[in-house]
Amino acid sequence: MKKQWFTISVYSENNVGLLNRISGIFLKRHINIESLNVSKSEIDGVSKFTIVVHTTEKWVRNIVGQVEKQIEVIKAFYHTDDETIYQESALFKIASNLLFDERQIQNIIKENNSQIVTVAREFFVIAKSGRRNEIDEMHEQLKPFGIMQFVRSGRISVTKSEMQISALLEEFYEEA
Amino acid sequence: MEAVKMKTEETKNKAKLKITGAEAIIHCLLAEGVDTLYGYPGGAIMPVYDELYKFQDKLHHVLTRHEQGATHAAQGYARVSGRVGVAMATSGPGATNLVTGLADAMIDSTPMVCITGQVTRSLLGSDAFQETDIIGISTPVTKWNYQITRAEEIPEIMAKAFYIAKSGRPGPVLVDITKNAQFDEFEFSYEKCTAVRSYTPVPKPDIKAIEAAADLINQAKKPMIVWGQGVILGQAEEELKALVEKAGIPAAWTIMGASAIDTDHPLNVGMVGMHGNYGPNILTNECDLLIAIGMRFDDRVTGNLETYAKQAKVIHFEIDKAEVNKNVYADVAVLGNSKETLGLMLPLIKENSHEEWHNEFKKRYAIEYGEVIEKDIYPTKEGLTMGEVIKEINNAANNEAVLVTDVGQHQMIGCRYAKFKKSKSNITSGGLGTMGFALPAAIGAKMGAMDREVVAVIGDGGYQMTIQELGVIYQLNLPVKIVVLNNDHLGMVRQWQELFFDRRYASTVMTNPDFVKIAEGYHIEAKRVSKREDLEAAVQEMIASDKPYFLEVKVEKEDNVFPMIPTGASVSDIRLK
Repeated sequence: MKKQWFTISVYSENNVGLLNRISGIFLKRHINIESLNVSKSEIDGVSKFTIVVHTTEKWVRNIVGQVEKQIEVIKAFYHTDDETIYQESALFKIASNLLFDERQIQNIIKENNSQIVTVAREFFVIAKSGRRNEIDEMHEQLKPFGIMQFVRSGRISVTKSEMQISALLEEFYEEA
Repeated sequence: MEAVKMKTEETKNKAKLKITGAEAIIHCLLAEGVDTLYGYPGGAIMPVYDELYKFQDKLHHVLTRHEQGATHAAQGYARVSGRVGVAMATSGPGATNLVTGLADAMIDSTPMVCITGQVTRSLLGSDAFQETDIIGISTPVTKWNYQITRAEEIPEIMAKAFYIAKSGRPGPVLVDITKNAQFDEFEFSYEKCTAVRSYTPVPKPDIKAIEAAADLINQAKKPMIVWGQGVILGQAEEELKALVEKAGIPAAWTIMGASAIDTDHPLNVGMVGMHGNYGPNILTNECDLLIAIGMRFDDRVTGNLETYAKQAKVIHFEIDKAEVNKNVYADVAVLGNSKETLGLMLPLIKENSHEEWHNEFKKRYAIEYGEVIEKDIYPTKEGLTMGEVIKEINNAANNEAVLVTDVGQHQMIGCRYAKFKKSKSNITSGGLGTMGFALPAAIGAKMGAMDREVVAVIGDGGYQMTIQELGVIYQLNLPVKIVVLNNDHLGMVRQWQELFFDRRYASTVMTNPDFVKIAEGYHIEAKRVSKREDLEAAVQEMIASDKPYFLEVKVEKEDNVFPMIPTGASVSDIRLK
């Protein structure tokens, strides 16, 4: 079975220690987490982990089964890139003088659909959202000018198909 | 916040009173029906022990000689009784000593609640004396864990702990309680937990899957059942037996499933796996339908997965969704509690008998009997065999004993030759293979079933890992029978060295102490047997005793356990010698 990119979405209670429990499942199977994002979800009080892995479908199915088994996990899913809409965000911190000395930088900002989020005397910061390869390309373009700091977020994604978490939770309260 | 995510059931005692967290813990245990627990005191758990002192007429705390012993005793208690085992320890080393038992209970699905003391909340993260991150350490080996830092959390978390430990696929839960939470007072009231919103303990049975399973069973020409501990945990013994008898299906068991059906039942065809019986292993690769019930296709059961039951359709009855298709693809997966799913399927099953197919098992048994079994239990050579000791125990105890085994050769021989009449009679460390398990587990098993004969059969290696628990047996005058099968070796490792490492016996030869004197040091009646003519009488004397009893049997030093599926080989390649 060939390796591919999968996005794992985990809906869970917002409890201390759950991240450790989930990451341990990957650790035990020697599978590297390529990207991790934790945020609130569309449901009040429910957290969402978005985890990207590069592995086989057999392993991702196994992992999602183990993740979903954790007491505080409500539901977990995995999707291929085709099945999701996904993005990452990046920040570039660059010396302010370059903005005036190197006109090309302004073109790079425009062509990459990125924004300047702040300008200070010493530096300015560019924000770029997009797919990883787009961010990588912009990084390559800016690199020759000197990047003071660079950071990229974990992947965030929504799926094309429905993830019926609210219905699941309603069922629980109806049975109460 | 917790309350909205849990369903609770109010207990009768609604009167609110202000008590300390430590006392609250005792009331939680009592509300959960706990009457026995195992543990070891220390600084961070002292307030709870102080309350245990006051409640000793209601709660029997057993002081084990090591915290690991407390976990195994709690496991033995749980496994024999079906109740939740409880173990308690202090912070730091007390807590870390629980880890092996937690891991064992996790992999063998044993319901257990462990309570640990923790340094006071303000000291958390300061590297205080006896502070350790037991939540971090125990996360991979617990079904759930939680650190309580406020007394008010105690009732809800304890209720949740017991509910999670025993519901669905059972497992160990650890609750860590900071010292301030033990001292602080709050208004106590207790409500049992009956559901947690993010947790589905038992999947709802799917009637379509049950019908599909019944169709496959009704059509099969050469069906075979392999059942596991899920049958025992789900209390599905009667349903399993009814299925086996109605459809006339030969049924084999994993080590954890042993005793769910009578050993002498005609359709019980023995154990599968590395040292299981010849017939069920070989015929796994000849059946046309493999019906797995409450088992998880452990590698010690399947051997090489690439050559495991490839010709057969597979039905998997399983409570834990994550086990389905994990190791072996299931053509039909029936999720749910096996008692319920088998019960729903039974009316759809047509009466049948697969005599010719069953004869294939009998033929293989005859081969195994001639090559292995007869030599094991009726040996003609001079040295004593482990098999004949098990046979004598069967006879003396009328096949009614609870057999508690440790890990190694004696464990395989014990499980192969013990005869069981009653479910929950085989207590062993199956998944983790924890040496040192048996002696403390036997203490718990005896206390969980005082009316039953409990015989611990242990190797000379594993015995010395938890030998100090003899102190508990002496202190409680607990009539546990202990048999050490002494071959002066770490026998199973030695066997592998003989077969696969060119007889290089690296660190497997043991110079042992005088085990009889050690037992006598604990004032336990003790005897040693090294001749066949003395064996039967010695075992009978041991079983007849109503006191603790220790029997050392000097067995052949370099015997091997067969049949054997070498690691990575196919079940078809099982060796008889």
